[in-house]
Amino acid sequence: MSRALSDTMLLEAVDIHRDYAMAGDAVHALRGLSLSVAEGDYVAIVGPSGCGKSTLLNLLGALDRPSRGAVRVRGQDVAQLNDRAATDFRLRSVGFVFQRFHLLPMLTAAENVALPMAEAGVSARERLARAAELLAYVGLGGRTAHRPTQLSGGEQQRVAIARALANQPALVLADEPTGELDARTGAEIIALFEQLNQDGTTLVVVTHDEELAQAARRVVHMKDGAIVRDERLRD
Amino acid sequence: MRALLALASLIRHPARTALAVAGIAVSSAMLLDMVMLASGMRLSFRELLDARGFQIRLSPKGTLPFDTEATVGDGRATLEALQRHPAVQAVAPNLGTQLIAPRGEVGVTLAALGVEPAVQGDYTLLEGTQPARGEVVASRAALRALDRRLGDTLTLASDWDTQLRLFRSTQVYRVAGVARFHYLGADQNVVALPLADVQALDDGARDDRLSSIMVRLRPNANAADVARDLTAQLPRVSVLTTADAVAQADERLAYFRNLAFILGSVSLAVGFLLVTTLMTVSVNERIGEIAVQRALGVQASRIVQQIVAEGLVLSLVGGALGLGLGLLTARYLESILGDFPGLPPDISFFVFQPQDALSAMGMLVVAGALAGILPSWRAARLPIAATLREEAVA
Repeated sequence: MSRALSDTMLLEAVDIHRDYAMAGDAVHALRGLSLSVAEGDYVAIVGPSGCGKSTLLNLLGALDRPSRGAVRVRGQDVAQLNDRAATDFRLRSVGFVFQRFHLLPMLTAAENVALPMAEAGVSARERLARAAELLAYVGLGGRTAHRPTQLSGGEQQRVAIARALANQPALVLADEPTGELDARTGAEIIALFEQLNQDGTTLVVVTHDEELAQAARRVVHMKDGAIVRDERLRD
Repeated sequence: MRALLALASLIRHPARTALAVAGIAVSSAMLLDMVMLASGMRLSFRELLDARGFQIRLSPKGTLPFDTEATVGDGRATLEALQRHPAVQAVAPNLGTQLIAPRGEVGVTLAALGVEPAVQGDYTLLEGTQPARGEVVASRAALRALDRRLGDTLTLASDWDTQLRLFRSTQVYRVAGVARFHYLGADQNVVALPLADVQALDDGARDDRLSSIMVRLRPNANAADVARDLTAQLPRVSVLTTADAVAQADERLAYFRNLAFILGSVSLAVGFLLVTTLMTVSVNERIGEIAVQRALGVQASRIVQQIVAEGLVLSLVGGALGLGLGLLTARYLESILGDFPGLPPDISFFVFQPQDALSAMGMLVVAGALAGILPSWRAARLPIAATLREEAVA
């Protein structure tokens, strides 16, 4: 049974633009886009390649700054943060899941999950216990000591999801999380995301995967740097 | 966690890391050797002068002790003047000459020192007793060359008359002792005999002559003050304190110091460039991982710390290995240079001092840390989103 959606806005992007200079030409990746995401929501952003989905996700996660406009998370404009504050914001408030997992190859699964906790100052004992807990949550309880090269693609993505949850972030942002996985493994990740959301995590997922998009509560359609349709599938 | 990541990054490419460590070890060994060489001869020379317990040396005007055949003409008066000075405890005169041990028509040439055996500072007796009149102490090399032993007798001549083809002023001496001569070459044929015997050679031609005088001062006497007094009193001799002698030797050793400085700087530069190259290659290879860490909330300063730590680990491990390698190399080079003819046995080119090792290691570690800063800072400041996108495309 789905958890009820909150009325409180977690995230508000207001009239954001992102322009790049590419080979001397200006590229307008986002053109005055506005988007609000409520606490506990599960939003899928879909659209053709190059429409600005990943650019939007980067701005929401303070990996990049908008050329204009504001990105507020719980009222704080993260676009105005300096590098140190933006880094701290990502550490404590956002969890990232990447298409290519991006685990650190020299660390074990548990160490990968523990890395953001170490950065947040969690004690070694506590972070290893929590890493083991999170790996168990994503179904990898028996793989804590495995290195990424010893794990399948699906398992690596589960480790990446556990890592994203390490500091109990307000928001998890995922960029094509099933893009590198086969259909069966992709379905497992979709189920895991649903579980995450049911357990209270706010999710914004960029995807080309129709099944993943249909699992979300809300689907935002983008084209040419703007939102063209915003549909709520379920509350 | 940072330390774990730094170590893991180094262990990830063991062959490359091992090669880098070996390179740094060679560079630090060279650096240590050059630091040791830069100060070694000076220290060793000072130790050589200090060890005999004489603080002042007198020699004929315009010369350095040990390197001239010039003599002081009024030896007795000079010695009396020295002994009258209240700060002087003992005076050790010395008269150098050459003696020949006849062997058929060819003789074995010996360096001969006339000394006051009771106070001399030129040699250490290894066996036997100090020489009385008619006796000598000889270096092992001299005994070997003459095929003589302790207690044997030796015939020594003061000159070879080339017209008459005769040895002149021959005299028989008994070998009273075997000695190690501090200021003459380890391989040199040397004998020491009472000063009066040397002055009496050639019918007293050397009477009242001295080559040099070493002066031992009373405790708490100031060598520079006494040297000033003696210079005023004895205008025909040069008066040198140990510090003056070291300073003069230092000028002559400037070549070694400059060479050591240049080679040491080159070694340090090589070590620095080696770590910079390795860190740059390593960082460029991990640019995506660094961007991921930044995305996950790792501060830029922590990335810099991690990469600098890698440079430090490389420098420390390479430096520690280089320390051992440097000491081995120094010992080997010392054995080669120590065979240089005429070099006093107590002179060393490479003198190990803990502060030298520390300064060599310190310079290398600082160079290693600095070498990591630039590539790490560049990597930590890269735009995260663009770097991740480029990595994904790559």
